[in-house]
Amino acid sequence: MECVFGLVGNGFAIVVADTSAVHSILVHKSNEDKIMVLDSHKLVAASGESGDRVQFTEYIQKNVALYQFRNGIPLTTAAAANFTRGELATALRKNPYSVNILLAGYDKETGPSLYYIDYIASLHKVDKGAFGYGSYFSLSLMDRHYHSGMSVEEAVDLVDKCIMEIRSRLVVAPPNFVIKIVDKDGAREYAWRESVKDASTA
Amino acid sequence: MSIFEYNGSALVAMVGKNCFAIASDRRLGVQLQTIATDFQKIYKIHDRLFIGLSGLATDAQTLYQRLVFRHKLYQLREERDMKPETFASLVSAILYEKRFGPYFCQPVIAGLGAEDKPFICTTDSIGAKELAKDFVVAGTASESLYGACESMFKPDMEPEELFETISQALLSSVDRDCLSGWGGHVYVVTPTEVKESILKGRMD
Repeated sequence: MECVFGLVGNGFAIVVADTSAVHSILVHKSNEDKIMVLDSHKLVAASGESGDRVQFTEYIQKNVALYQFRNGIPLTTAAAANFTRGELATALRKNPYSVNILLAGYDKETGPSLYYIDYIASLHKVDKGAFGYGSYFSLSLMDRHYHSGMSVEEAVDLVDKCIMEIRSRLVVAPPNFVIKIVDKDGAREYAWRESVKDASTA
Repeated sequence: MSIFEYNGSALVAMVGKNCFAIASDRRLGVQLQTIATDFQKIYKIHDRLFIGLSGLATDAQTLYQRLVFRHKLYQLREERDMKPETFASLVSAILYEKRFGPYFCQPVIAGLGAEDKPFICTTDSIGAKELAKDFVVAGTASESLYGACESMFKPDMEPEELFETISQALLSSVDRDCLSGWGGHVYVVTPTEVKESILKGRMD
């Protein structure tokens, strides 16, 4: 099952997602990137039905870009989160998207932030959040080890603890994870944690 | 599993002497899992009117946004704040609009009306108003809250005593409900000030 989690540190926010694309019992690929770079200083880690995940996050990404083109300034993280929630809420009673989202961003005025948006459009600003079966492990580990103002090293250490726990305790644990970070210098990929490499084509 | 019990909530409002108090728990959960312990369920409409929304969190947020929108429009047109009784009717109408596809919320409305007379009411998810002279409750812990409030309530309490009473009623009720709790959020509103407090209860 898909594992997505994230936390806010000292001047940065970090999100982690597994990278398996699964269809029933078959693993299509194990290097699927589920964390989209929304704009220069925002990340969207999404989990759920793969069609909805890709379509919905791309829709949000393009609309966030459109706002920036029209208005000359980028959306704040809170505004992007509320826009996302609005789209999910509007679709909820017509044609719901089955996508859970952790939206991480960095704003110059307010610093890093993380928003928990579940598939029925409940929005909440959090310091740490997680979705999926992996959340049963990662949330508890983060409750134990998290404190506000963690450094990048401490946060990545906690992330690795969560990944180890998921790998060892979840029955259909995804083997590979991608870690992305957003801080004042922007949103970027931080690292991959691979235990199974995709078979490379000739 | 009822859709009203998906996120978990506890809300109570009580009438005092020229004042009222409205309190909620702080848990945001997804069925058995707790997501956050600082989730806001009571919103200010204006300085003398508060609404608490229990039930499904997404509908509470949507409903709150719609109500604030309608109130802001009212303020622009009428150049004054809405009376609590009027606002309660507005909430009731908006809920009944969705009679065959309702918002899964149960609101608790509390305000100071004309001559600083406190007003409280609750509605069900399709807008049936329930006015009360003493207290109203909503949420997954509502049965416990009814019992606690019935035994602890006295008419014409001063703000300090009202705060104590509503806090004790809330905390003792949420302790019997696994889906609500993780502290309390209390607003005590008098004609001159609004006092907001956070309660620390059993954090489970």
